Amino acid sequence: MGEAVHPANTAIPHDHAEEVELYHPHSWWTRYVFSQDAKVIGVQYSLTAIGIGLVALVLSWLMRLQLGFPGTFDFIDPPAYYQFITMHGMIMVVYLLTALFLGGFGNYLIPLMLGARDMVFPYVNMLSYWVYVLAVLVLVASFFAPGGPTGAGWTLYPPQAILSGTPGGQDWGIILMLLSLALFIIGFTMGGLNYVVTVLQARTRGMTLMRMPLTIWGIFTATVMALLAFPALFVGAVMMLLDRLLGTSFFMPSLVEMGQQLKYGGGSPILFQHLFWFFGHPEVYIVALPAFGIVSDLIATHARRNIFGYRMMVWAIVAIGALSFVVWAHHMYVSGMNPYFGFFFATTTLIIAIPTAIKVYNWLLTLWRGDIHLNVPMLFALGFIVTFVNGGLTGLFLGNVVVDVPLSDTMFVVAHFHMVMGVAPIMVIYGGIYHWYPKITGRMLDETMGKIHFWVTFLGAYLIFFPMHYLGLLGVPRRYHDIGQAAFVPDSAHTLNAFISVVALVVGAAQMLFLFNLAWSLRRGRQAGPNPWGATTLEWQTPETPPGHGNFGPELPVVHRWAYDYSVPGAARDFIPQNEPDPAGRAA
Amino acid sequence: MIVTLAVFAGLAAVAAWWLVQQGLAEKPWLGTQPAAELVAPGTPRLPTAKIGLGIFLAVAGLLLSLIVSSYVMRMEMADWRPLPRPALLWANTGVLVLSSLALHWAVRAARRGDRAGVQDGMVMGGLTALLFLAGQFLAWRQLSAAGYRPATGPADAFFYLITAVHGLHLLGGLVALGRAGVKLARGAPMHVLRLSVELCATYWHFLLLAWLCLFAVLAYAPSVTAFLALCIAPFR
Amino acid sequence: MAVALILLVIALGSVVFHWLSPWWWTPIASNWHYIDTTLIITFWITGIAFVAVVGFLAWCVYRYRHRPGQKAHYEPENKRLELWLTAATALGVAAMLAPGLFVWSQFVTVPRDATEIEVVGRQWQWSYRLPGKDGRLGTSDVRLISDGNPLGLNPDDPAGHDDVVVENDDLHLPVGRPVKVLLRAVDVLHDFYVPEFRAKMDMIPGSVTYFWFTPIRTGRFEALCAELCGTGHPMMRGGVQVQTEAEYQAWLQGQQTFAQLAAR
Repeated sequence: MGEAVHPANTAIPHDHAEEVELYHPHSWWTRYVFSQDAKVIGVQYSLTAIGIGLVALVLSWLMRLQLGFPGTFDFIDPPAYYQFITMHGMIMVVYLLTALFLGGFGNYLIPLMLGARDMVFPYVNMLSYWVYVLAVLVLVASFFAPGGPTGAGWTLYPPQAILSGTPGGQDWGIILMLLSLALFIIGFTMGGLNYVVTVLQARTRGMTLMRMPLTIWGIFTATVMALLAFPALFVGAVMMLLDRLLGTSFFMPSLVEMGQQLKYGGGSPILFQHLFWFFGHPEVYIVALPAFGIVSDLIATHARRNIFGYRMMVWAIVAIGALSFVVWAHHMYVSGMNPYFGFFFATTTLIIAIPTAIKVYNWLLTLWRGDIHLNVPMLFALGFIVTFVNGGLTGLFLGNVVVDVPLSDTMFVVAHFHMVMGVAPIMVIYGGIYHWYPKITGRMLDETMGKIHFWVTFLGAYLIFFPMHYLGLLGVPRRYHDIGQAAFVPDSAHTLNAFISVVALVVGAAQMLFLFNLAWSLRRGRQAGPNPWGATTLEWQTPETPPGHGNFGPELPVVHRWAYDYSVPGAARDFIPQNEPDPAGRAA
Repeated sequence: MIVTLAVFAGLAAVAAWWLVQQGLAEKPWLGTQPAAELVAPGTPRLPTAKIGLGIFLAVAGLLLSLIVSSYVMRMEMADWRPLPRPALLWANTGVLVLSSLALHWAVRAARRGDRAGVQDGMVMGGLTALLFLAGQFLAWRQLSAAGYRPATGPADAFFYLITAVHGLHLLGGLVALGRAGVKLARGAPMHVLRLSVELCATYWHFLLLAWLCLFAVLAYAPSVTAFLALCIAPFR
Repeated sequence: MAVALILLVIALGSVVFHWLSPWWWTPIASNWHYIDTTLIITFWITGIAFVAVVGFLAWCVYRYRHRPGQKAHYEPENKRLELWLTAATALGVAAMLAPGLFVWSQFVTVPRDATEIEVVGRQWQWSYRLPGKDGRLGTSDVRLISDGNPLGLNPDDPAGHDDVVVENDDLHLPVGRPVKVLLRAVDVLHDFYVPEFRAKMDMIPGSVTYFWFTPIRTGRFEALCAELCGTGHPMMRGGVQVQTEAEYQAWLQGQQTFAQLAAR
């Protein structure tokens, strides 16, 4: 870089910045429905993801009703229960978290934070959203198909996933599930190419990689990972689909089902597990890295302090991204794979704890000696730290191969991954929505409702999942429709289950308050102004709020500093926007 | 998963090489940076579309490597029964090489500004690609007539899967080539046309390389594995 | 203020809950004390880390909350501090990983004198096979399964003729003798899970997996399935009776061998 040298603060010739030809909408349809504007697409992605997420929330209620009060609800029979857990898991992980972080936050924030007018391939971006919608529709269709949706568990392990002992295995359920996943991946790949190439090509002048906000680093790295991880799921889904439809035997060995010899033979069930987790583990970080990035910016902004150890934060994101591709088999310690793999994967898994811990320390050290404004986004950030640290630490149990042996497939695992990739990222999503809602709509979300929403959600989620670890320690297996009578399960465990279920209903209800707040504040929220939080990053410096088509008016902003100039000694205000020129002689 | 990890390591090396050049060690909070950096670091040296294609090829390459990985993992199991390779596959390989060469010809013509040459190259490339697909389909017919169907056994299933995935990628390429053809017919300016043709050619070369690798794995990997097994046998 | 207090309550409350929890692992019945020990080490290290992190968080929220005149300290990084923290974390991780790998090497090394037995899973019941007098299990194949041969034993393999096939009964094991449990499934994935033994492993149709342990006390222990295997998954129960050598032999005398079953 730097082929041409310009004296600082002089006009920069126009031919250096590539002005993108913007697509201009001509009608209401192309402006709001088939829009090619990344901001609109981001909102569309978010609303669709939240919509399908509500379905998953209701499913979790039904599951908790069954677990807390077994035998009370006749319609939740075992097939229905397994369909509920499968759909709940799949929707939450793929159709909600992945779509919301990358499709929602990614689309909205990447161009704005980088000082770009839009994504580099707007048409492909629009297609990406509509293919995602199609994937969601196919998924929803499986609820109404004969036999209902698949009940194979979100991991869809063969052979069981396509056999008759599993709901949807010999009906439409599994077929629609696999088709929907394949569609999702195709749609995501279109979007993902956009996000990556936009970060590579469309940054505004002065926006070096090391001046990018950590949000962008998180989303960027996660997108690269997703582009490389999703093909594994795609291959697995296609192969299983062929096994189911054409009778091939990729994953199907010779087997006898209910006394019947099946035609399959020679396939390897564990091959699917390798493919699934080669996707599945990076997937955890595909959700976590954008959360890491966003929460870093929330903490810095609302503690009015530069993010501590920015470079370490960037390096840690990249290191976690790379390492997460060589830890997949820690989900398979008791899967019957070659047990000697355990040594390698336990070591890589525990090594990944180190960059992750560094990130936690740096969040804490950012708060330390800060000026902490305890508004709603900051509260959610604190909630994230607590739940993420809790979930991360229990990950050290499960990553350490021998400790995993007694705990795997128990409620301990359920509690762990809900804490670390359920509750923690959702805390960040909420924090992010409270933080950026004013930019998206021009109005603030209601603070009181926000605080109630936070406390019920955070404390409730902790009360649900923290005690749940101890059920797992006791030995209660996961994916049990009803634990029933077992000598080692005391009555108190059933009481705990009922307690968890009640709290889960309350926490779920609190989300309705959030949805109400979203709708209510749209018209009645306080006017926000362009930069209500006093933030430094470019999306808060747009000439209009909400930002107009093309984001930045006639001239793109020029970046003069990093994203974290908060409380700089000697500065007039406690923040300096990234596009504010540098007065000579600033104290370094 | 060795094959996939090798491909992944290659991609990671490229990413690391690129990252190292981005000044990841600089301290962005330090005062005024050299004025040079006010020039957009993203001042494109490569057209955006080419970078997009490059990343897509990385994804497609990883996808194919995952299938090959699965194939190799399955092949190592004791009951592997390979299926015969129709001689037709050799002819198809030759046709695909011709197709790639034709698009290379079109790129050279575009660089010279020779519209007629571009047209010849694109038509030739498209037709040979179609011929390749027809040949692959014929190979399927031959095999299934001889009793090797997808459900016959894992080796057969993998053969059909691998050729189908590769063929679908080529079909996608033909759509892109068709769009470039429309641009040519409508008299698009040469620099626009040249970019389209270059993108198509890159994709074609990738698919040729991919096919050569896949063909080598399909045709020779069983004997390589058998050979290795023979070598190890005395030491067991 | 209230926020800091609540955070502190979460940190300390979690520890109190841990100590007072009536839900704790089942009394161990196998040789895998080491697994429990590793778990306890992990609890200590992660517990200290959790209280330290959340406690520090609570203190920061209290001490540096926004007040008039409060101004954040501008400090981009502190190499020394970050290095120290990294080193301390690495040490903690090593302290968990090292014993973990040590115990895992024992877990994967089956003692030479271990008796091979077989557990077979199918939707949704367990069957067992014990070696006969020759101490060896015969070969088997899923394709040989029929009504008279539910486990698919190979009738041409003489080693299998004296194998004891146990259906509709508990698995019986003599106390104090190491066993290598060979695991086989005929339809889908299952996982033979006895909480008191700590050890478990998935069974995969098409291949044979294993784990080993030594039962150390007598009694009956419940066996469950720990890998989702269809709608009957929670109902897939079995039992293991660990007996003294004399009791075990007495029970064994009453069992039928594969040859006897086939002759019927």
